[in-house]
Amino acid sequence: MSTDSKKTPYNPPVLEFKSSTFSVPVLVLTSNDLTLIDEQLQAKIQLAPEFFKNSPLILDLQELNKQSIDFEVEQLIGLIRNLGLLPVGVRGGNVQQNTQAVGLGLPVYSITSSAGLIESQKQKTIQPYPVVETSKESIGSENSSTTLITQPIRSGQRIYASGDLVVLAQVSAGAEIMAEGNIHVYSVLRGRALAGVQGNLEARIFCSDLQAELVSIAGTYKISEDLDETVRNKPVQVYLQNDNLIIKDIL
Amino acid sequence: MARIIVVTSGKGGVGKTTTSAAIAMGLAKKGHKTAVIDFDVGLRNLDLIMGCERRVVYDFINVINGEATLNQALIRDKNCNQLYILPASQTRDKDALSQEGVGKILEDLAKDFKYIVCDSPAGIEKGAHLAMYYADDAFVVTNPEVSSVRDSDRMLGILSSKSRRAEQNQEPIKEYLLLTRYSPERVKLGEMLSVDDVQEILSLHLLGVIPESKSVLNASNSGLPVILDEKSDAGQAYIDIVARYLGEDRPHRFIDDKKGFFGKLFNRSK
Repeated sequence: MSTDSKKTPYNPPVLEFKSSTFSVPVLVLTSNDLTLIDEQLQAKIQLAPEFFKNSPLILDLQELNKQSIDFEVEQLIGLIRNLGLLPVGVRGGNVQQNTQAVGLGLPVYSITSSAGLIESQKQKTIQPYPVVETSKESIGSENSSTTLITQPIRSGQRIYASGDLVVLAQVSAGAEIMAEGNIHVYSVLRGRALAGVQGNLEARIFCSDLQAELVSIAGTYKISEDLDETVRNKPVQVYLQNDNLIIKDIL
Repeated sequence: MARIIVVTSGKGGVGKTTTSAAIAMGLAKKGHKTAVIDFDVGLRNLDLIMGCERRVVYDFINVINGEATLNQALIRDKNCNQLYILPASQTRDKDALSQEGVGKILEDLAKDFKYIVCDSPAGIEKGAHLAMYYADDAFVVTNPEVSSVRDSDRMLGILSSKSRRAEQNQEPIKEYLLLTRYSPERVKLGEMLSVDDVQEILSLHLLGVIPESKSVLNASNSGLPVILDEKSDAGQAYIDIVARYLGEDRPHRFIDDKKGFFGKLFNRSK
């Protein structure tokens, strides 16, 4: 038996994709007065020059658009760059602004639900998922229609549906199902279920046997320990009412 | 057409190698030409359980690397001439396995063998992944306790999404549950999950229950697959399992602690 074994030709992978979460400051603008913005932003930077030096930044245009204030994305970005900040994206823009942003090499992020922000001190909230991950099972649902799953969803599996999600088999502990719309589980729900992950406050979760590790609507969630004993192992629906997570029997 | 069976669990120490040895021997004794492959590169055990550790010359990795032919590496079992063992390498690690290499060996074996049993290592990393990748059937070995059940559930998820059959959109791997180290007395005392508890969580086709038994350890130590100990409860449980897998209809045993015929049998062999 030879010990100096020949290596088979094998090309090791030189790259891989990983997912991670970063916390990035968001700049919310409420005026299009470039001079004023420049002045006030400089003042802020003066307070902590080291912190802001080359800091990444996401530009939030929601307030400007709400008040229908006209502005040029390119000018705003130029101003921010001149002050030594590095814009890495925009959110809350309209179609035209988003196109401009992408033209400047800036990705567009979806907006956090405003209700979630206001309530964030009172309620436990999860940030909506910024990235849409399409799992194998939900490939057929590109048009935000309903994704149907008939096989059990096992521990460690993740399902993301861009519309509603209907599951006809059990969802095991350690599995995670997410939908931008409603979630229906016509079997035991033991894993995590997150409906309205892009901020849809009207989304609901329905299941025929609630044993979930976590249920969440638009970022407001309850963990298993907080579930009331009267709803455990029962057919229930979960929805938001005045930013409170309500779990109630379906009938 | 050869059937490739993977014996897997996720969790370690639940009885994968014992099961692989028993199942492979059972199939071979029924007259089917069977090969059993140890995928646990670096922690070779199957050769010990099969009692062929002193006859290992070449191993799985040697064949993958082209340093030996498959025929040189396969060890014929002493007790059954229809059974061959392909041992793992003890001096290498899982990185020595490659998907193409494993695929080539299984393809070559499939020409000559009826059943190929792949003894998966614990975990969900490369060794376990390659052991199940080409499988047609999966025997999921589970102990009646929560961590083993959860790991099995995780493994089932991987079987249904990361196998060749899943990737090529073929008919999914057939999954079977084998509940090992089962003790009806401890279930009764509430110290162990019952068959029903496990079935409720995994909802899987139950191929058989193997009772906790001294005969398993004795068999391992003597290097004889426990299925050859036909008087023992565990040996009989494996005989039933092989028969059921081959399509025979046999009632489940060793689930209840009844003082019937099998109950007595169970107690006698303790």
